[in-house]
Amino acid sequence: MIAFLLRRAGIGLLTLVLASIVVFSVMEILPGDPARLMLGMNATPEAVESLRNQMGLNQPVPIRYLDWIGGLLVGDFGRSYTYSSPVIDLIAERASVSLPLALISLALSTAIAIPVGLFAASRRGRVSDTLSMGAAQVGVAIPNFWFALILVYVFAVWLRLLPAGGFPGWGGGIWPGVRALVLPSVALALPQAAILARVTRSALLEVLGEDYIRTARAKGMPRRIVLWRHALRNAMIPVLTIMGLQFAFLLAGTIIIENVFYLPGLGRLIFQAITQRDLIVVEGVVILLVATIVLINILVDVAYAIVDPRLRAR
Amino acid sequence: MKLVRPILAALALSLVSTAPALAQRTDLVLGVVLEPPHLDPTAGAAAAIDEIVYANVFEGLTRIGPAGEVQPALAESWEISDDGKVYTFKLHEGVKFHDGSDFDAEDVKFSLDRARAEDSTNAQKMLFAQIDTVEVVDPATVRVTLKQPQGSFLYNMGWGDAVIVAEETAEANKDNPVGTGPFKFDNWARGSSVTISKNPDYWGEPAMLEKAEFRFIPDVAASVPALLSEDVHAFPNMQAGDALAQIEADPRFEVVIGSTEGETILSINNGKPPFDDLKVRQAISYALNREEIIAGNGSGLGTPIGSHFSPANDAYVDLTGAYPHDPEKAKELLKEAGHETIEATLKLPPPAYAREGGQVIASQLRNVGINLELIPLEWADWLEQVFTNKDYDLSIVSHTEPNDIEIYSRPDYYFQYQNPEFNAVIEELDVTSDEAKRKELYGKAQQILSDDAVVGFLFQLPKIGVWDARLEGLWENSPVQANDLTKVRWTE
Repeated sequence: MIAFLLRRAGIGLLTLVLASIVVFSVMEILPGDPARLMLGMNATPEAVESLRNQMGLNQPVPIRYLDWIGGLLVGDFGRSYTYSSPVIDLIAERASVSLPLALISLALSTAIAIPVGLFAASRRGRVSDTLSMGAAQVGVAIPNFWFALILVYVFAVWLRLLPAGGFPGWGGGIWPGVRALVLPSVALALPQAAILARVTRSALLEVLGEDYIRTARAKGMPRRIVLWRHALRNAMIPVLTIMGLQFAFLLAGTIIIENVFYLPGLGRLIFQAITQRDLIVVEGVVILLVATIVLINILVDVAYAIVDPRLRAR
Repeated sequence: MKLVRPILAALALSLVSTAPALAQRTDLVLGVVLEPPHLDPTAGAAAAIDEIVYANVFEGLTRIGPAGEVQPALAESWEISDDGKVYTFKLHEGVKFHDGSDFDAEDVKFSLDRARAEDSTNAQKMLFAQIDTVEVVDPATVRVTLKQPQGSFLYNMGWGDAVIVAEETAEANKDNPVGTGPFKFDNWARGSSVTISKNPDYWGEPAMLEKAEFRFIPDVAASVPALLSEDVHAFPNMQAGDALAQIEADPRFEVVIGSTEGETILSINNGKPPFDDLKVRQAISYALNREEIIAGNGSGLGTPIGSHFSPANDAYVDLTGAYPHDPEKAKELLKEAGHETIEATLKLPPPAYAREGGQVIASQLRNVGINLELIPLEWADWLEQVFTNKDYDLSIVSHTEPNDIEIYSRPDYYFQYQNPEFNAVIEELDVTSDEAKRKELYGKAQQILSDDAVVGFLFQLPKIGVWDARLEGLWENSPVQANDLTKVRWTE
């Protein structure tokens, strides 16, 4: 287990180094001068040059890359060009929206998907199976931003139960913050739940065809117990894989939902930073996301080992 | 323009019919599209900065009012020497910055010297280019001496880039702006909103709102429900898209179509053949049909223009008739210039007026034999390729700085246009203070640009103001990019 973890960590580190080189080079190649962008069309060339010097943009590329990496090693992500505040503060602020949002959505989608998947698998071929999988099909097909807009019109404009968007921050207590995240997390969770339910069902069906399931039934174990204790546990591997991928997506891939609800999340931070050529912010966020995803993958591997003891030996 | 009158009439009626109530609201949530990069108007061009802090948090010696006129601000009055070179400003006394420190002549000297210093990163440095010296006469008097008379000096001092800051707080203004205005900065939840609140120690007429929040809503699809659910009370400039008709029909809201300082033009690279030929440029002007372009610009609103000047300005001359839409004439001119067809590129920045308007323009020019390849660009890319490197044939962009006809006289500007006669007019304008004379010169400048068909003049960008019908005091037009809240109040 230790060797396994070490090997995974080594691969993860290599991924990080490669990612840092890729993201840095891509941002360098991207046309556009951040200083000119900040000062606009009316600025004199001298003012732009002066700002470039202040921002350290006139140093050679390798020096800037090494400076950046050196900073990362001691936990210094640098300062944003446009916001002129430390990148790590910006990320922390945005993560305080994105992380709870991702966790709530994932919890919600799991809470919906697993029971639906179990239900459909246990009633394979019956009308209720067809109906629930038909509903899942619709859930996969509906674009989440469209669903989000419907939610806004029903719950914010019409019923006035929840805010149409925005995020009040956690300073005013937990409740206003959670209220602001309800509609976005439902909008995010539903399509994810639909996918997860389908995966759960097909993984279960595969397991249900195994000999040991028949043995368990034959020795008189009730269906429900067989389903929960034997089948579900063995079907968890593909389900966990999908959940890991979904969590990574929920952390930073939610820009469209963040826009519809104008939430200050990581997705929007990265989008703004790219359009404003705030290179240092883009690099910082991307590298942190890569690190998070590497970590999630390691955790998923560990989870495999927990649900399937046979994997621990390998 | 047809829409404007009934809307104004409706606004006037609603103002008359609303009776004052006892318990008035004093909070306001404003929706703005873009989040500013920081909050220091003296260190960045982003309009989003001025849209929050101008007139609310920061003040200059003068200020620009809702009709684009120069009003006194921190300078109570001024005297101009007979040769037009020396301005003596008498400052308001008893003015305090929001951190409690006193405002005096030293702050004025510091702010102006900082803006024009060699290492200054002021985005509008040329506003201060004519200043020779700034002297403190006494704590309430400042004397500014110019290198040569400058007709627009008082106007220039009213820009957001010329606001007065204190030396102790200047560097921190990006995150924590400290000014002298009727509102003080409270909080900036990055990515969400900026909150300002009433300054109880304001030197002038106090604000009527206790608190105002600027909420950043970049998405059109999000701004409409935010308004309908009354989460947001006002969008000073709303991207409403197709939903505008629905909002207009709703009695809870007021829709006011005003004008901005944004001259939207089809930029032409005058330095690049075949566009260095006047006949080719005139052909383009004849080929354009402004009505169609406005209808297809994303909002369907906008006032046609015939030169680089705002129709809201007193000195505006209507030159929209100079090149009536006439494809036959355009083809003829092209033939005279020796072209059957022309292949060119049209580089388009992100706004809808460019991306959507570009398709309309491409089809109009194709009709006369000019085939355009449409190239969409991001802003950063556009600024580099088109604006800085002048690597373009045609482009569409709105020039949003107020009163910026002088850009056509700048050497090396991206139009690559040079006409000594035009430059002479601009130079004369610069040293003229007499209003009648200035008006005449502005007229002359507009005429030259139209005669030379320097670019394709399209329309003045509209300001689509949408707000709760119970609000009053928001600006109808935007002569400067600002959301001045000093006179805003709830009527019930």
